[in-house]
Amino acid sequence: MHSQLLTFIKKEFLHVFRDRKTLLMLFGLPIAQIVLFGFALSNEVKDSKIVVADYSKDATTQQIIAKIGSSKYFNIQQSLQSAQQLEAAFKKGDIKMAVIFPPNFGNNLQHTNKATIQVIADASDPNLATTVTNYVTNIINDYNSSLNNGNVQPLQITPEVQMLYNPELRGAPNFVPGVMALVFMLVCTMMTSVAIVKEKELGTMEILLVSPFRPIYIIISKLAPNLIISVVNLFIILILSSVFLDLQVKGSVLLLTFCSMLFILTSLAVGLLLSINAQTQESAMTASLMGMMLPTMLLTGFLFPIENMPIPMQVLANLVPSRWYFIIVKRVMLKGLGFEAVWKETLILAAMCVLLFTISLRKFKIRLQ
Amino acid sequence: MEKVIQTEKLTKRFGDFVACNELSFDVDKGEIFGFLGANGAGKTTAMRMLCGLLKPTSGKASVAGFDVFTQTEKIKMNIGYMSQKFSLYDDLTVSENIRFYAGIYGMKTKNIRTKTQELLNELGLQNEAKTLVSALPLGWKQKLAFSVSIVHAPDIVFLDEPTGGVDPVTRRQFWDLIYHAADKGVTVFVTTHYMDEAEYCNRVSIMVDGVIAALDSPVNLKKQFNADNMEDVFYQLARKAKRSDN
Repeated sequence: MHSQLLTFIKKEFLHVFRDRKTLLMLFGLPIAQIVLFGFALSNEVKDSKIVVADYSKDATTQQIIAKIGSSKYFNIQQSLQSAQQLEAAFKKGDIKMAVIFPPNFGNNLQHTNKATIQVIADASDPNLATTVTNYVTNIINDYNSSLNNGNVQPLQITPEVQMLYNPELRGAPNFVPGVMALVFMLVCTMMTSVAIVKEKELGTMEILLVSPFRPIYIIISKLAPNLIISVVNLFIILILSSVFLDLQVKGSVLLLTFCSMLFILTSLAVGLLLSINAQTQESAMTASLMGMMLPTMLLTGFLFPIENMPIPMQVLANLVPSRWYFIIVKRVMLKGLGFEAVWKETLILAAMCVLLFTISLRKFKIRLQ
Repeated sequence: MEKVIQTEKLTKRFGDFVACNELSFDVDKGEIFGFLGANGAGKTTAMRMLCGLLKPTSGKASVAGFDVFTQTEKIKMNIGYMSQKFSLYDDLTVSENIRFYAGIYGMKTKNIRTKTQELLNELGLQNEAKTLVSALPLGWKQKLAFSVSIVHAPDIVFLDEPTGGVDPVTRRQFWDLIYHAADKGVTVFVTTHYMDEAEYCNRVSIMVDGVIAALDSPVNLKKQFNADNMEDVFYQLARKAKRSDN
């Protein structure tokens, strides 16, 4: 039976490689998304309008303000005296960031070797906020190390960064896990359902059913290419995001791969399920797009925060596999957490995977009778 | 004469609907057996039961010596099947299609290679071995589909309206292939709506409303119904039908 299965899997790969347009889409999509995003991120932000509040007014603060002011990145609009003024400046919208020196800044630095600068950014545009706070942090760190030249006891200035309006900074790092969930969903669900329905349309399914080839082997053969393509895509995305976005996997690559496989299998099972009721390739595709792509986009949490949704939507979001996968990727890839931090989500995903496969395998058999 | 298909009161019910009602007939080895009937008469259901795709409700039947209730896997090894859709993969080449169908019947690689060459020679498609099936004319596709359906040398081949939508010349050529296969001992079980094709069969059964209304050689049937041609025979029987697809 092995050689029969191999024959079939080989045929499935032929289908994939013959269809150049689809092939281009399968591998081009993740690459295009990551690269586009990479360029969007690398855009330098120049001449951002900022405000400075100096409650200390000593030599050190003057020096730092001068350094910030002379940088090409910033354009100091005004010096503020009160918190009310600060809020008003942000609300007007043309101010991107505020740098605040607390009272006795210089004194603290001289006597305790420690001082703190508060940096507040308008994070309604998260990318911009990250960029400008990074710039100012660098400038302060620069100044800090120049102070420490030859000093026995190092002085320490800590910029305390605060993101306004979007404290979790949804944006850049969220994008990669989102792309991963989307790409796997697209490749696995849509391609699988279309591939199976295509056999029905062609009439070849009839021949396969009359042949001694076992239905379970048909399913395995249909899933195999998409599984392999998706694993390849996984590594393409990881490598690209590491090279272009400087976003490396902080946690275990093995754990990430394992969880990704689990999500890929779940998506394959969804594709299988959709293929059972669909009679034409178009309806399979529409079902995949409407039934899976939309929920993946909307209810996964990378475009719209789930916590802000009405309760029914939040409940609904729990049923979307990509939601759990998204959490796992964020924790493992971005935060570097281990299995103990994602076991619950992994378990949910595994349960979904088993459930979906059980249903679709049973239904697939019924169809044959 | 060896019987390759034997049925006795073979019945299939879907709820209250009796799709096939007590079908009893035999098919001899090497025979070309025509299976006629208007749409909805129960042909497809009968064929599906014989192919091991559908479990009969009651009765008895054996195909290639195996029981349709208990030995469907063995039946599948010993039959071929071709439908109106031809069922070839357009995006695969001619030889890839042959290799694939031979492969899923578990033929050995070496065997497949010689068989592929043999088939290509027989069909005169040596130069088209590497051509995509989508580029072949309809008639060639049909012949290829038939050859592919018997690539694993089955005892019986089931042809479900194999000549639908094909011009008369190509149909005639297709029947030459069928005769050729029958000469080599393959039993051919064929459904058709073309009455000239019914004349080509050794024996013909005509189904009406789930039962076999007539079964004999075309010559005897014409005598029995006092008709000039099979068209007339079929018409006399089919117009009594009470049910149809629509």
